[in-house]
Amino acid sequence: MDRSFVARNPSVLVFLALLSLFTLVVTVLSEGFGIGVISTSFVKTLGKTLCLCLIAVAMDLVWGFTGILSLGHFAFFGLGGYMIGMWLMYERTRLIVVDAMSQAEIPPTPSEVVDAIGSQIFGVVGSSEFPLVWAFADSLALQLMLVVLVPGLLALVFGWLAFRSRVTGVYLSILTQAMTLALALYLFQNDSGLRGNNGLSGLQNLPGVTAAQDIVSIWFLWASALALGLGYLLAAWIVAGKFGSVIRGIRDNEARVRFLGYSVEVYKLAVFTLTACLAAIAGALYYPQAGIINPEEMAPIASIYLAVWVAIGGRGRLYGAVIGAAFVSLLSTWFTGGQAPDIPLGFYTIKWVDWWQVLLGGSFVLVTLFAPQGIGGLFDLWSNRRHPDRHGANLGPDAGSLREKEATQ
Amino acid sequence: MFRLFLASLALVGTCLTASAQEAALQTILQEHRATIAESSRKTIGPAIDAIAASGLPQAQRMLETWAAKDMWMRKSDGLFFAGRKGEGRTYVLTDFDTGATVGSFASSELAQLKPNSGIRAMIGTALVRFQLSDPDRGKRLSALDSIQRAPEAVLLPPLRASIEAEPDVEIKMRKQRLERLLTIGYDTDHRARVQAIDDMSDGLGLDLRAALNPLLVTSRHVAPALPDEANIAAVLEPGREGLSVVDAYDLLVARDLAPPRVSQDDIRNALAAHIVGGRVGDVPVAQLDTDAARAQAYAALARAGAVPALVTQADMAAAVAGHVFFDAYVEPSRAVTEAAQQALDRIDLKVGMNQTLDLALDAVSLASIYFLAAIGLAITFGVMGVINMAHGEFIMMGAYTGYVVQQVIPDHTLSIIVAIPMAFAVTFAAGVAMERLVIRWLYARPLETLLATFGISIALQQLAKNIFGTQARPLTAPGWLDGAWVLNDVVSISYIRIAIFVLALIFLALFLYIAKRTRLGLEMRAVTQNPRMAGSMGINPGRVNMLTFGLGSGIAGIAGVAIGLFAKVTSDLGSDYIVQSFMTVVVGGVGNIWGALAGAGMIGFLQKGIEWMNPSNTLAAQTYMIVFIIIFIQFRPRGIIALKGRAAGD
Repeated sequence: MDRSFVARNPSVLVFLALLSLFTLVVTVLSEGFGIGVISTSFVKTLGKTLCLCLIAVAMDLVWGFTGILSLGHFAFFGLGGYMIGMWLMYERTRLIVVDAMSQAEIPPTPSEVVDAIGSQIFGVVGSSEFPLVWAFADSLALQLMLVVLVPGLLALVFGWLAFRSRVTGVYLSILTQAMTLALALYLFQNDSGLRGNNGLSGLQNLPGVTAAQDIVSIWFLWASALALGLGYLLAAWIVAGKFGSVIRGIRDNEARVRFLGYSVEVYKLAVFTLTACLAAIAGALYYPQAGIINPEEMAPIASIYLAVWVAIGGRGRLYGAVIGAAFVSLLSTWFTGGQAPDIPLGFYTIKWVDWWQVLLGGSFVLVTLFAPQGIGGLFDLWSNRRHPDRHGANLGPDAGSLREKEATQ
Repeated sequence: MFRLFLASLALVGTCLTASAQEAALQTILQEHRATIAESSRKTIGPAIDAIAASGLPQAQRMLETWAAKDMWMRKSDGLFFAGRKGEGRTYVLTDFDTGATVGSFASSELAQLKPNSGIRAMIGTALVRFQLSDPDRGKRLSALDSIQRAPEAVLLPPLRASIEAEPDVEIKMRKQRLERLLTIGYDTDHRARVQAIDDMSDGLGLDLRAALNPLLVTSRHVAPALPDEANIAAVLEPGREGLSVVDAYDLLVARDLAPPRVSQDDIRNALAAHIVGGRVGDVPVAQLDTDAARAQAYAALARAGAVPALVTQADMAAAVAGHVFFDAYVEPSRAVTEAAQQALDRIDLKVGMNQTLDLALDAVSLASIYFLAAIGLAITFGVMGVINMAHGEFIMMGAYTGYVVQQVIPDHTLSIIVAIPMAFAVTFAAGVAMERLVIRWLYARPLETLLATFGISIALQQLAKNIFGTQARPLTAPGWLDGAWVLNDVVSISYIRIAIFVLALIFLALFLYIAKRTRLGLEMRAVTQNPRMAGSMGINPGRVNMLTFGLGSGIAGIAGVAIGLFAKVTSDLGSDYIVQSFMTVVVGGVGNIWGALAGAGMIGFLQKGIEWMNPSNTLAAQTYMIVFIIIFIQFRPRGIIALKGRAAGD
């Protein structure tokens, strides 16, 4: 046990090296800083994909390592986006308003400026008053703290309620899904104070920054890569230590861990809240690149897709989650963007825009049935790691426990 | 000779009477010739009244002719006739009184009377008097309709007069009711109005409330002291609830009893208009970015007399204190307003009770929809413990099956009768296939089942989109399900919802029968409770699971037909119900059909209850309902009806 963390986890070093290389290559090929082979919009897509990889790492922590199939992590992702979006929108509108008002004969009072910002932002929902939730929108520092505090607090309260009443397995999944649905429906209302189904828009314009989008997109790529690297490092550190052993124990046999004297609820709550914060940070980096956020993004189906990514990548291994998220979301962009070539069958032409979902759904069923270890399992072949021979038995009796094929010796 | 004289006298007499009668309507018309020819809404009133009041039978035809723009005036003598287009540019004129044809005249000799819409409405009102006692039943009914649409004081006497001779019992009752309503609004005698209000106050019709509400209309007044003659509804104290000091002051301003307030905008505009050399009232413009500096500059301007002085809080309070504010009824009679208020209170109570009943019926129908959507899930998830995210898509498949059947069989009744077993067959097959191919391999892995069935769900949804397109497809209910069962003006429920309720009951009975009275049901319960023990008793758990899953899926298909009847059939029809269905099963308690029923009932009533509290916002209702369910599960994690013993899991 005296070996260093990195020595015990060589995959972390490989991952960080690959991530740095990727970032460097994209920067060199980009329009903003390099030779301009990759378009700015594709740089944004790559940056967004890195954020999705980060939330996939969080999902893997909570599902692959703790056995909680949360269908609510995209709600935290969206909340993080909303928190940063509020500041971006407020500040940008403020600059515009102040600029417009400086033309007036009488200089505006502070309250007049705030009123003008309010009517600019909330005009679309027929209001001009700032709701209470915007109380800190004028301060970047406070709003950045809220990025982790609000989703973290929500996860803490929800998790505490759910775990203390011993809701587990499928019930917990449905409950988290219900939470996501409730939050999305709440945000859809105009009087929720976050502009209803209009959402927050214009987030790609950083207030006070005059640099062009092709430069800004690279900044965000760097920030996303940094967040992913740090998040991955944190997750790897957590699962490598004693904490990791306990949560893996909870995943496979919760009752036994409880009988060993561990406070299962505290461990679960800690993982749930921490991953919610990671998801929120990913969201806060994602939506300024996407430019717009609305409650549609937080629909329960998004969280299920997140589980799909992790499952296809291979749960229970962090790089699997990253690979799954990157692979499926980029492939999805490629297929639904209409870039994939149609397949003429003579009597019918397969248009991938229409058939991609069918392909995804079908391949997902196949992965679940035949290759539970996902894409990450390919690395086992290469590194000669084998599955334990448990005659088809799972690692533990719990719903979230690893299956024989998912585990490695 | 004498006889001859008598005969000639009689002849002359006849002629005279004839001419007197003949002259009757024409005489009246001639008296008002100027106003009739002028055709102005403002002045025509007396003419129409005189014609209607004459009581002449021909007046009705004359008014109808006039309203139809078929009345012509002969320019030579100013007489009015009914005109009909003849040959060329001529018109054949007919006398109103005798009905005899007068002759045909060129249009240049005539002037057509073209009453405008305002006058035609007045003529219509006058005609109502005749129509009320028209021999044609349809005309009498339409006259009543028009009175109900536009009640007027002048219609009351003819309406009363027509009741006595009314032969039709139904119309007579309507006339009596209408007479009471008009009496409430328009009688000149207060006692008669109060009497009418008392007579009517045990009903709850919309028409009655429409008659009573205008009596209680108030207007807000301000006076130095309370007037004695006004019918005062409430005396308002400024600063208390209902009237803020600012509102009270604004009322004074509106009556020119106080100088207007100066708003922030006014101040800014006034300051902007008085910039002199970069300063306003000795304050530099650049410093005017606080309210205090602006007030100072404005005060300086006011002292110089350039702008009206600022109205301070103290000014407003003083001005308001010097006046009395009160709401007075527009209706002058106190007795009437009191009676109306009491009657409305009684009616409101009754309406409230009926609304509660209506809400309860709504909740029951919503609960039966949720129950229908969830009953299949209660079997697959509740009994088998298999979570099927594609359950919503089975509902969708059922609805599309109904749509396809309706394309083949155009008769709506027959097509629904065929569609129900068809939908069952299709989704049963799909369910069995899914169980054999996917779910069987994942029985011990509920989370993987969830994700795999989700994969199937998105694939099925996209397939439906590819096949049927994204637009909504209609699934039309048979004609006899159109309309609603109307109990009174408040309580009504559409037949389609009753049908869904009945369908839900049928399925409950059917499921209970299968579970309790058939071999399959026995095996199903055995496998649910302990699959290994059941297996060692000679039951084939695989086969039972397959059939159970097929049954649950098939019922989802039938639910799809039912849901498709009132909602549009789209590819995401199922996903709208999936979360609610899961909630229903989880809240109700797993493993028990009564649990699903209790869950559906609770969620249905809860949602309607929350909607009633905040009717404008169904999204909020759903949000709060889900939050409530999350909290509810804290206290009863195993649902309302929880299984006990080994079957419960732990």
